[in-house]
Amino acid sequence: MNQAQDFQRSSKSDLYQHHDYYLMDELLTDEHKLIRNTVRDFVKKEISPIIEDAAQRAMFPHYLINGMAEVGCFGPQLPAEYGCGGLDYISYGLIMQELERCDSGIRSTASVQGSLVMYPIYKFGSEEQKRKYLPKLASGEMMGCFGLTEPDHGSNPAGMTTHYKDAGDGKNIILNGAKMWISNSPFADVAVVWAKNEAGIIKGVIVDRGMPGFTTPETHGKWSLRASATGELVFTDVLVPKENILPGVEGLKGPLTCLNSARYGISWGAIGAALDCYDTALRYAKERKQFGRPIAGFQLQQKKLAEMITEIAKAQMLTWRLGVLMNEGRATPAQISMAKRNNVAMACQIARDARQMLGGMGITGEYSIMRHMMNLESVVTYEGTHDIHLLITGMDVTGENAFT
Amino acid sequence: MKVLVCISNVPDTTTKVTFTENNTKFNTQGVQFIINPYDELALTKALELTEKVGGTVTAINVGLADAEPSIRKALAIGAHDAVRVNAEPVDAFFVASEIANYAKSESFDLILTGRESIDYNGGLVAGLLAEMLNMPSVNVVTAIDVNGDIVSLERDIDGGREKLECKLPLVASAQKELTEPRIPNMRGIMAARTKPLKVVEASSAQANSQTLNFELPAAKGACKLISVEEAGTLIQLLHTEAKVI
Ligand SMILES: Cc1cc2nc3c(=O)[nH]c(=O)nc-3n(C[C@H](O)[C@H](O)[C@H](O)COP(=O)(O)OP(=O)(O)OC[C@H]3O[C@@H](n4cnc5c(N)ncnc54)[C@H](O)[C@@H]3O)c2cc1C
Repeated sequence: MNQAQDFQRSSKSDLYQHHDYYLMDELLTDEHKLIRNTVRDFVKKEISPIIEDAAQRAMFPHYLINGMAEVGCFGPQLPAEYGCGGLDYISYGLIMQELERCDSGIRSTASVQGSLVMYPIYKFGSEEQKRKYLPKLASGEMMGCFGLTEPDHGSNPAGMTTHYKDAGDGKNIILNGAKMWISNSPFADVAVVWAKNEAGIIKGVIVDRGMPGFTTPETHGKWSLRASATGELVFTDVLVPKENILPGVEGLKGPLTCLNSARYGISWGAIGAALDCYDTALRYAKERKQFGRPIAGFQLQQKKLAEMITEIAKAQMLTWRLGVLMNEGRATPAQISMAKRNNVAMACQIARDARQMLGGMGITGEYSIMRHMMNLESVVTYEGTHDIHLLITGMDVTGENAFT
Repeated sequence: MKVLVCISNVPDTTTKVTFTENNTKFNTQGVQFIINPYDELALTKALELTEKVGGTVTAINVGLADAEPSIRKALAIGAHDAVRVNAEPVDAFFVASEIANYAKSESFDLILTGRESIDYNGGLVAGLLAEMLNMPSVNVVTAIDVNGDIVSLERDIDGGREKLECKLPLVASAQKELTEPRIPNMRGIMAARTKPLKVVEASSAQANSQTLNFELPAAKGACKLISVEEAGTLIQLLHTEAKVI
């Protein structure tokens, strides 16, 4: 487990300032703004100084888990009676935005914990499962991961081959299979795993670290989300108690419901990454002089900045509205999918333009942009690729299924 | 121990300062307000002390309703309750009078302020308040500890450090090194929703000063770089242009 002293703290201070071109803050409550500023202050003090070193050396900063839990980054949208935040969806979104403003990998850790591990336990778990896991997951005492993707089944999770059968002892099931590309897997204490039962129906199973036959090899060599740990989940005849099966759901609806919650958070998070790239490029362009004047004065650079803030403003409005619909319980999966796709694509484009604006300086870790740019390649891939989200919107508006 | 912490609502440190009403008023349009950073230290210290010896922390602000986000933040950080004296904080004398008026009837053991507010940098409230309440005051403190009714304090003085002891009740103002400001958390923010924030009307205190006008400092001139070989030019410029030698 990596400790604070394992990282080199940058002496550069994080100068980030929020950008709110359409006065969206007026649509937030004072409490929303306090929540956002709280996470921003925490990020600037604790995460920004070490994030570049963590990403360069591909080391997940485990020691930050306590602080992130203490601030309330894990499951803020779930009820306080289980030790969670009890906040609304806009608050949840703002927290994800501020985390990803610093790094998509750190936001991923919080997304997986809150939306993909705590949320299914809350939504589909038994009362005992909720009491056993949620308070510890909220406090960071336990960390979780979410196993859906398999080596041969990514965009098409319905084809999964991970499966379990009754152990015949009246108490356990026997789980076999493998999951791949799993965020947090190398250090997670629990895994929410989606597997087929003997009838071929997808069920959620909580697998605890330490169960014989369960291993979590780490995936190395990523050029993206380097400050987040990714790995596999391998199950070889793992005996899992029957009470670890999530009783409340069956079929693909289970994992897809979790993905809705996580995709919603990602749509806010992507705005954070875009804002950080824009903020950095804007400040740099005003200071950097070429041909005797600041590069911000050149039309080609202004075009980039103008397009960036326009796209950010549009995404902020779309996402705020989505937050309101989430709070009212009216957001459809297709609406969430659209926001995820739009905002992540927007952030990818802004990261590329912003990187170019910094010239050679944009290539080093001196500035955050290239890290964001590489991170966003994962964000545009996981939780449904950009293409898959186009198919979701396409099917929603035409009624025609173009997946198969 | 009953602690009162005075919270001032000030423009964020990155604010671009402009004025209105013939340069007699600070233009608050579009400005973000925060808890005065020194007051945040005072608040954090108050919480640390009451966590150690027991007691309550009340945050007080003299200000209009637009200061409430900062007061809620003080509650989220951990203050037990808060009071807002509903009036524009026109000058230090007025603010101190209003706080004294409230504190009079509440018998606080310790009153903490920041060493100054970062907007007008007056640094007067602590001293005035102590005088009005007939309490001793120690300014610009870097350490405070409480043992029974004895407070030990430290402050930086010219060329050294002063350590002193004093009996409660006391007014003290916080300097940078006092502690690390505490960042609230979601639990605190939730709890702040239901903590009492009492609004009281101002007494009949009057301001005893008036702002005639504000001026921004002159813009910084461009920096001239002179190479080592041309040290003579430097001397000449210091003579003729800067006129400092
Ligand atoms: C860093 C990282 C972390 C991850 N974390 C997790 C995690 O925690 N848990 C988890 O379960 N998964 C996780 N994933 C996996 C991620 O969700 C998958 O990679 C993603 O769903 C895509 O699946 P795939 O990689 O198998 O690609 P494929 O499904 O093989 O897709 C390859 C390409 O084909 C396209 N494609 C596929 N089907 C169609 C179609 N019908 N029509 C048109 N185009 C199509 C896709 O858009 C894509 O461009 C993570 C991935 C990464 C990179």
